[in-house]
Amino acid sequence: MPDQTVLSLRDITLSFGPKVIQKNISLDVHKGSIFAVMGGSGCGKSTLLKSMIGLLRPSAGEYHVGDENYWAGNEAHRTDLNHRFGVLFQSGALWSSMTIGENIALPLQMFTDLKPDVIRRLVELKLGFVGMLQAIDLYPSEISGGMRKRAGLARALALDPDILFFDEPSAGLDPITSARLDDLILNLRDGLGATIIIVSHELSSLFHIADDGIFLDAKTKTPIAHGSPRDLRDHCTDPQVHAFMHRERDEEGNT
Amino acid sequence: MTDRTETGSPATQSGNDRTPQWHLQGEQNAPVMVLSGTWQARTGNIPVFPKDGLKKAPGAHLSFQTSDVQGWDTGLIAFLWDLKRVAHDAGISLDIQTLPGPMRQLLELLPEAPDEPVHHKKLRQPFLETIGSHTIASVTEVGVVSELGALTVKGAVQTILGRSRMRLIDLLTNTADAGPYALLIVGVVNFLIGAILAFVGAVELQKFAAGIYVASLVGIAMVREMAAVMTAIIMAGRTGGAYAARISTMQGNEEIDALNVFGIPTSTYLILPAVLSLIITMPFLYLYGCLIGMLGGFVVAISMLDITPAGYFHQTVTAFGIGQFIFGFTKSLVFGAFIGLTSCRIGLKAGRSAADVGIAATRAVVVGIVGVIAIDAIFAVIADVLGI
Repeated sequence: MPDQTVLSLRDITLSFGPKVIQKNISLDVHKGSIFAVMGGSGCGKSTLLKSMIGLLRPSAGEYHVGDENYWAGNEAHRTDLNHRFGVLFQSGALWSSMTIGENIALPLQMFTDLKPDVIRRLVELKLGFVGMLQAIDLYPSEISGGMRKRAGLARALALDPDILFFDEPSAGLDPITSARLDDLILNLRDGLGATIIIVSHELSSLFHIADDGIFLDAKTKTPIAHGSPRDLRDHCTDPQVHAFMHRERDEEGNT
Repeated sequence: MTDRTETGSPATQSGNDRTPQWHLQGEQNAPVMVLSGTWQARTGNIPVFPKDGLKKAPGAHLSFQTSDVQGWDTGLIAFLWDLKRVAHDAGISLDIQTLPGPMRQLLELLPEAPDEPVHHKKLRQPFLETIGSHTIASVTEVGVVSELGALTVKGAVQTILGRSRMRLIDLLTNTADAGPYALLIVGVVNFLIGAILAFVGAVELQKFAAGIYVASLVGIAMVREMAAVMTAIIMAGRTGGAYAARISTMQGNEEIDALNVFGIPTSTYLILPAVLSLIITMPFLYLYGCLIGMLGGFVVAISMLDITPAGYFHQTVTAFGIGQFIFGFTKSLVFGAFIGLTSCRIGLKAGRSAADVGIAATRAVVVGIVGVIAIDAIFAVIADVLGI
């Protein structure tokens, strides 16, 4: 089933009140792919992600998760669908009053009937995946930014979701940690069979891991290119996409 | 995550066959781990591989047979990780090439000899030592707050001399928040306090046909104590808590660090407007509280007792001298400065997480209220000695 569509957006328009952020977004995310949402700063990448994980209702268009219309049902229906999602927020968004272990255990305590020792075992496993087992009893304030991000990833994996959303996973990480995170993402994708949507403008990482994507333009407020970052780099003729992929300055001197 | 059904597995559907099962077979030097059934973490029935499940056999290779596994998720990986750690201790190497690719990739992420978790070492202090360290900390805190007060006064002097770094707009917004916006709640509370005092007084004084002295009781109580203390308690909860929460959030956002790097002193930029706004508004709120409190007493006395409005008014005016007023007025100034300084100090001292913001706000309110009452007691003793 190589071409199974997991998420599909049709003519989605995102806006805050009268202010339109992006319009006419249509995209399909295939099972097992790593889908990149690209674009310059302020083009609405994070807003699109927010809308895909249910934090912002689009003002027009249809959003399907699997066969289900995401925004058609009530809140409980969306919560059910959200359990297929794991989200890694930009700065980890760990709950600061809990230890790392408790952060990952909370969704398991809330949504499964598992016993505490089983939960502990699963928490250790998830932390083991991201190489953070030693930090299980530490508080988020006691660990570094990169570790917070990995702990956030472990929490995103808590309920074994099949769709993972990453908001700028490598922002603020050094190149080595960032490369390791890329490998980890690839390993998790292959191992878990998960589908990954990633918002980023870290080019080297995008070229390395993403196999599909969309490019949002801030000026026209609409997507201007579809395809994997590697393809867009090598074949896209749109000057703006070309400039982005090759880190060139555009005519106004912006990077 | 989705189930992963291994192709070619026998489609046995009976309930028993779907429970996760394992057994070891083969030679001791080349054991084979045979896995079967459905391994789902959510079901909670994932077996634990026993710590003594493998006999020590250095140099041996353990291979896997997974063709009977019907579906799996991270639950199976948890079991394999147990096995990996036990095998590592027993000196047996795992032949992970015999695992399907996805299982192998996940298992390779996991360490075979994990580092010990880092724990907080909470040293239990002896009881007396705890008291001692708390005492020292409290005394230090008094010193720190005093120093902060001195810095703030210095900032105020610089502001007056025109070498100012305080922005007028900060002072105005703080003053608006601590003053006009607090009028309603200060009014309601003081009105009720005055009314309650009048109720209590009226019941007793009526027995002695001294109902008119309700006016004196309410007047003196409000002017000397209640208006100042109640207003201060409200402001400690309302404005003190807000200052502490705001400053500790700024701490968490590294905004305080940014101020420090620019060399903008927090004492003049943050604390001075906060303290000054309370020092400006508290006396006004005190006067307002006195008036409203007496109005509350007036309403109750007029409706309950046989007193004329003019009589109540006259009795109130003659009840207390200007000395009482100055006493209450001075207290309200001190309360304002105290609440402003302590809540800012607590905000500056707070940690950087969301929980710390809550702790800081709570502490500011508690310290504010307890401190106000304690200072009031000190004032009472001084007033007694001076005979005010």
